[in-house]
Amino acid sequence: MAVLGKPEAPEEVPKQETQPPAPVIRWKLIPGWIEPWRDRLAGWGKVSRFWRARALLFLAVVGPGIITSNVDNDAGGITVYSQAGAMYGYALLWSLIPMTIALYVTEEMCARMGVVTGKGLSDLIREEFGFRPTFFLILAGLVVDMGNVAAEFAGVAASMQIFGISKYISVPIAAIFVWFLVLRGTARAVEKIFLAACVLYLSYVASAILAKPDWLLAAKSTVIPTMHLDGGYLLMLTALVGTTIAPWQFFYLQAAFVEKRVARRQYPQARADVLVGSISCMVIVFFIIVCTGATLHASGHLNIVDAGEAAQALVPLAGKWAGMLFAFGLLNASLFAASILPLSTSHVICEGMGFEAGIDHKFNDAPIFYSLYTGMIVVGAAVILIPRAPLEKILILSQVGNGIWLPVVLVFILLLVNRRDLMGDLVNTRTFNVVAWVTTVAMIVLTLVLVYVSVFRSGSVPGIPGS
Amino acid sequence: MLHATELLGGEAYDKDGHFVGHVTELFIEPADQPNRIARVLLGRGKYLPLVARYDHLAFVAPGVLKLNVEEKELEHYRPNEGWLAVRKDLLDQQIIDTSGRKVVRVNDIDFSEQRTNGTVELRVTHVDVGLTGAARRLLHGVASPGLIRGVATKLPTRLIPWEFVNLIESDPLRRVKLRITHQKLERMHPADLADIMEELSPLERQSIIASLDEETAAEALAELDKRLTSQIVETLDPEKAADILEEMDPDQAADVLAGLPPETSRDVLREMPGEEAREVRELLKFEENSAGGMMNTDFIYVGESATSAEVIAWIQEKDVDLEQLDTIFLIDADAKLTGAVAVGRLLLAPPNERMEALKSEPWLAVLPDAQDKEVFELFDKYNLHSLAVVDNNGRPIGAIAVDDIVTRLRRH
Repeated sequence: MAVLGKPEAPEEVPKQETQPPAPVIRWKLIPGWIEPWRDRLAGWGKVSRFWRARALLFLAVVGPGIITSNVDNDAGGITVYSQAGAMYGYALLWSLIPMTIALYVTEEMCARMGVVTGKGLSDLIREEFGFRPTFFLILAGLVVDMGNVAAEFAGVAASMQIFGISKYISVPIAAIFVWFLVLRGTARAVEKIFLAACVLYLSYVASAILAKPDWLLAAKSTVIPTMHLDGGYLLMLTALVGTTIAPWQFFYLQAAFVEKRVARRQYPQARADVLVGSISCMVIVFFIIVCTGATLHASGHLNIVDAGEAAQALVPLAGKWAGMLFAFGLLNASLFAASILPLSTSHVICEGMGFEAGIDHKFNDAPIFYSLYTGMIVVGAAVILIPRAPLEKILILSQVGNGIWLPVVLVFILLLVNRRDLMGDLVNTRTFNVVAWVTTVAMIVLTLVLVYVSVFRSGSVPGIPGS
Repeated sequence: MLHATELLGGEAYDKDGHFVGHVTELFIEPADQPNRIARVLLGRGKYLPLVARYDHLAFVAPGVLKLNVEEKELEHYRPNEGWLAVRKDLLDQQIIDTSGRKVVRVNDIDFSEQRTNGTVELRVTHVDVGLTGAARRLLHGVASPGLIRGVATKLPTRLIPWEFVNLIESDPLRRVKLRITHQKLERMHPADLADIMEELSPLERQSIIASLDEETAAEALAELDKRLTSQIVETLDPEKAADILEEMDPDQAADVLAGLPPETSRDVLREMPGEEAREVRELLKFEENSAGGMMNTDFIYVGESATSAEVIAWIQEKDVDLEQLDTIFLIDADAKLTGAVAVGRLLLAPPNERMEALKSEPWLAVLPDAQDKEVFELFDKYNLHSLAVVDNNGRPIGAIAVDDIVTRLRRH
């Protein structure tokens, strides 16, 4: 503190025990009645403070895991699950627990990499494996995701048809809404909206309850595996796995943790986030299968083309509300996925190629990022609006692409996460490696089967209209 | 001009025309010369690789390298941490562009050739971070060199001269061997430096902070996202952290400490000299979103009966921080706050004018527990640059500056 010395002004601040004068002008904008409440809340005891602190710690980190896992249940996914329930009732429920494990194992590795290295997945692949592998990986991603985005808008169209709205109105509105959300939003605001969308998935729970299923049978089917050895069953199983674990999830998850700047010491919370996400994803799948199983399968309505048809078929069987909740869930999932997929893809491409990316940038700071995002939405929506769009071919293409892309990405992830120089002491332990490699090989085999069948025997693949 | 993409993988022949091996790596020895290719690594499949020195090169062209010595004169390869490897350490890695002030990823490297009686020396001229480099990497080996060059000429170029490149290396020992210094970083504006640091991985951020001098580190940390600052400070030794925090303003230091776990914060405070530590501890008592949490304890106050000439003379002698200079607070004989004088008024006033005649109206101050929203309103309503914070006796204990307000408003 600086003072100018002058005989009248004191050199130091004198400490006088004088009567405190009238209070200095104090600006009071908070109404008086808030004060006692603030004190009361503050005095709620040490115990609640402990849990509040833990909850706050968790909430500060949570988001990426839950969002990623729930977006998994997009229009294509819901279609497959509805068909699984319609065709086989509860017979496929046992696969949910192994799938939860597979989902958790793979996602957790990406979360760990994001938190420890602070870099996104495509960044790491570029740095460790070079330019060309990264380029082709990204190209595959672009193609596959475009197909998926088209599928999401198809889901929007199908769900709105229940409410009698033609696709020529619903799809453009949805496209504009989705585009606006990312262009104008900040990372935190967009994340909050996505989390809210995750909560809306609970409409499937309500839908399932309205269908009045046999809960005991459903629970037993979840725990006790039943294997039917007919081709259709195995194919449906394969499709289930293929739709649950999609490569773009890994890129998005890792990038989201990096963008949130989650620290190494917050890794336990990040892991918890991924766990909660994986479990919640499979819980929703459970309710979807139970819902369609109890209604469509039980009444012999075994073949449904897409999720929109499933929602409509629910109405006479379980009531108007069941159908509408199901359709609403589909709309929510489609919009949600239509926002995240292009976002994640643009992010991955820009990251890998070295362009600026991120929602927090303005358009001019990250032109390629925003242009890619816009382009994907426009193309995806336009494809659906073409009167006789070759939807089946597009969906087949994206499934095939997914099947080719997934094994490569998984192998890269496993190679990276075992590098001690990158991961420090959070390298995979041996048990984790065993579980991870087994999961990876199993998924690779299953997705290759799906690719083979899609390409050479299309017409019997679930999730494809007309089969 | 030659490019790393064209050279790597090329075939090397000795002076008798025998094939020696493929070019697998190019090394720079920064301790010797910062931009010359000092060694070329020649891979020979299952045999041990050989190393050619810069004075062994007779002819260099895309895909081809001719040496002026026989194969048996070449040394065997032994790894050396003092060598910078083009493929491993530069290509596809991130570097800092100190002229563009951002972090970029290397796509390719450009070399110039210098011929001196019989030998060719390759010197790094630019780092290619744009589409030309990307195109070359993509098409190399797939299309003919002529086609690649043709495509490259049609693409926009983004090149960074080698002297503006600052390498990012986390290992401190290797940093020394590679002569990586951060002088250029130290001359950058702290806000740009903070922007660059936000793009790096946690380990890289720490290594940069560790190698900067304390003053620059403090300035950069003050501009950095609060979460990142806390993460970095946590990893430093308490003495080093204390050294850096001392260089910051007490309120900034208090903000950083508030973000640390309590034990770490205590350890760091213990290492700080008494006076500074006391000021910071005082500030830590206030809630972050109150006036006390925003204020700075460094400000200028003078007696209200001083004349403008005396004050100006005194300021010129004293080592006053420019940021504090913009408002001068006045106190009376009881050391109570009586007003504030804008420095512009001080400059324009006649020399014998008493300070109390120059004070701005109305008289404004807040108590330390005033809420941040109230403070924002005051700043907006009265177009303030600085606002005094007083204790219950009306004595000034700190001042809030407008740049703190701007930072906090942006966060809202």
